[in-house]
Amino acid sequence: MNIINLENITRIYQLGSEEVRALDGISLRIDKNEYVAIMGPSGSGKSTLMNILGCLDTPTSGKYDFKGINVSDMSDNELAEIRNREIGFVFQTFNLLPRSNAFHNVELPLIYSGMHSLKRKEIAKETLTSVGLEDRLHHKPSELSGGQRQRVAIARALVTTPSIILADEPTGNLDSKTGGDIMLLFNAIHKQGNTIILVTHEEYIAKHAKRIIRLLDGKIEIDEKNE
Amino acid sequence: MSNYLFEFKEGLIIAFKAIRANKARAILTTLGVVIGICAVALMSTTIKGIDIAFEEGISSLGSDNLYIDKWAWFSDEEFWKMRNRKNLKLSDYEKFKHLAQLPIAVAPTLWIVKKVEYGNNYVEGTLITGSTNEYLKTTNFDFDEGRFFSAIESKSSRNVVVLGKEVADHLFKSNNASEKYIKIRGIKFKVVGILKKQGSNLLGNFNPDKQVYMPIGAVFKHFERASHRSIAIIIRAQNTSMVEATKEEAEDIMRRIRGLMYDEENDFSINQQEGLTQNYNNVVGVIKIAGLLITGLSLLVGAIGIMNIMFVSVKERTREIGIRKAIGAKKRTILTQFITEASTICLIGGLIGLILAVLLSMVINKFLPTSIQFDTVILAIIISLITGILAGFAPAYTAAKMDPVEALRYE
Repeated sequence: MNIINLENITRIYQLGSEEVRALDGISLRIDKNEYVAIMGPSGSGKSTLMNILGCLDTPTSGKYDFKGINVSDMSDNELAEIRNREIGFVFQTFNLLPRSNAFHNVELPLIYSGMHSLKRKEIAKETLTSVGLEDRLHHKPSELSGGQRQRVAIARALVTTPSIILADEPTGNLDSKTGGDIMLLFNAIHKQGNTIILVTHEEYIAKHAKRIIRLLDGKIEIDEKNE
Repeated sequence: MSNYLFEFKEGLIIAFKAIRANKARAILTTLGVVIGICAVALMSTTIKGIDIAFEEGISSLGSDNLYIDKWAWFSDEEFWKMRNRKNLKLSDYEKFKHLAQLPIAVAPTLWIVKKVEYGNNYVEGTLITGSTNEYLKTTNFDFDEGRFFSAIESKSSRNVVVLGKEVADHLFKSNNASEKYIKIRGIKFKVVGILKKQGSNLLGNFNPDKQVYMPIGAVFKHFERASHRSIAIIIRAQNTSMVEATKEEAEDIMRRIRGLMYDEENDFSINQQEGLTQNYNNVVGVIKIAGLLITGLSLLVGAIGIMNIMFVSVKERTREIGIRKAIGAKKRTILTQFITEASTICLIGGLIGLILAVLLSMVINKFLPTSIQFDTVILAIIISLITGILAGFAPAYTAAKMDPVEALRYE
């Protein structure tokens, strides 16, 4: 079953008088339970693609179907709802709320989805336990190590059981040992049947994925299996 | 609905976290609202106090009273015209009293100003009201000690006086005053009664607390010649609804007494407290509006402070807004969050301001019969909430319409 279907997507930025074609006719299909790495040098358009896949941004032209629904011209609020239910983000800089503890950070997407308080707390706790942080529930991000912070972020991405997990350089701010652990966690999450899209420029990180898409100048250069 | 509640609760939690994270800033910002709400609450309390004082004063004058006088109290009638009117005499009063059917009491009055003494104590410039025993029925007086002068004392112009509370306190300090003699221009008067405090400083010297009452005959006997001064006649109607009819009857009788032809103008005036109330409302109304506007201004300054700090807060938390949007916060959610934060700051400020106002109103209470009313409290809370919502709206809107990609990139 395909989750993501991009047809001839372009994204053009206007920088003063200059037009920048960040994405230039991208067509792409991603199926359920795929594990995809998007690679490319800086300026190749991988961040832009990630933003569009994550419904944070909309394409200038082209069609984006998410689970068969056209999202390319949805309103901001509709996109917010899609992000909330269908997409889990993991960022390079963790992007946790600094004044909230781990538990509250993970609980937040469920608050926005309007889930009942008791159920919400139970699920948030379960998810944190599943990433191995059951004894860090009430620690603030500043009281956690980098690896632990990224685990909180992963728990936050998983907590709504989204259709895809979008990870943007998830190990970029971690040492190689911790980064390796995080990648093992992603592998495990994939094995549980989740769809993962990984944006990275590190070959050894991309190797964990089952499919590698290489971008260059806003176009797909190579799209290959990685067995 | 439950979604709104969650978002509101979340907004509250965030608000308290934000305030705690920037204590000094929050305190300084809140100060503007504290001062604003305190000023508005105090001003409205003071206004209420002035109103109450005025009403108390008016009612101590007797609210159903009419005053037949040579002078119109509140009118555009020209002064020289009124001056040329005939004086009202005691004999006019006698005739009037005989003819009037509707009033429950009719009493003559004559005011003079004299120094009153007891031993070494004295009160300069005391207003002395000369009247008959019926005067009492035109008032709502209660007595601390003794009684009003009697019909016999009145008729025979005895040297007896009833003292207002303040006068009595001045002359006798803590001593018993009843049955003692005070002196006015060297003449001895026996104190037969002392009034309870009636209490309104707004009436100035007309405040009963500052007056002395004696038979009108005694005034004429010792201090004034009857031909020189015009008296006034106080009439008390049976009740408020009878005031108009009583006034018409009085006008009719007075015209007969004065022997006026049908085409001649009245050469007397019938005055009412209504005129006093109207005058009061004209003057005090302007002061009220001005006062509330000025204090409202200080609240506005407070609101601008809140708005300013909310803009700073939104800017500082751009990345946080981006994160929230990425994980599914809608525009409405972000809007609610920041408006809740602004309102919470304002509400806290409002409550502190209110507490301050309550403390300060105890000081005002020494001068005006007032305290902060429940409705003022509710109003102040509502005003501070609305201030927060209004001040928070523009910054919150800026936050709500941020582009998530831009916001996430913000350093």
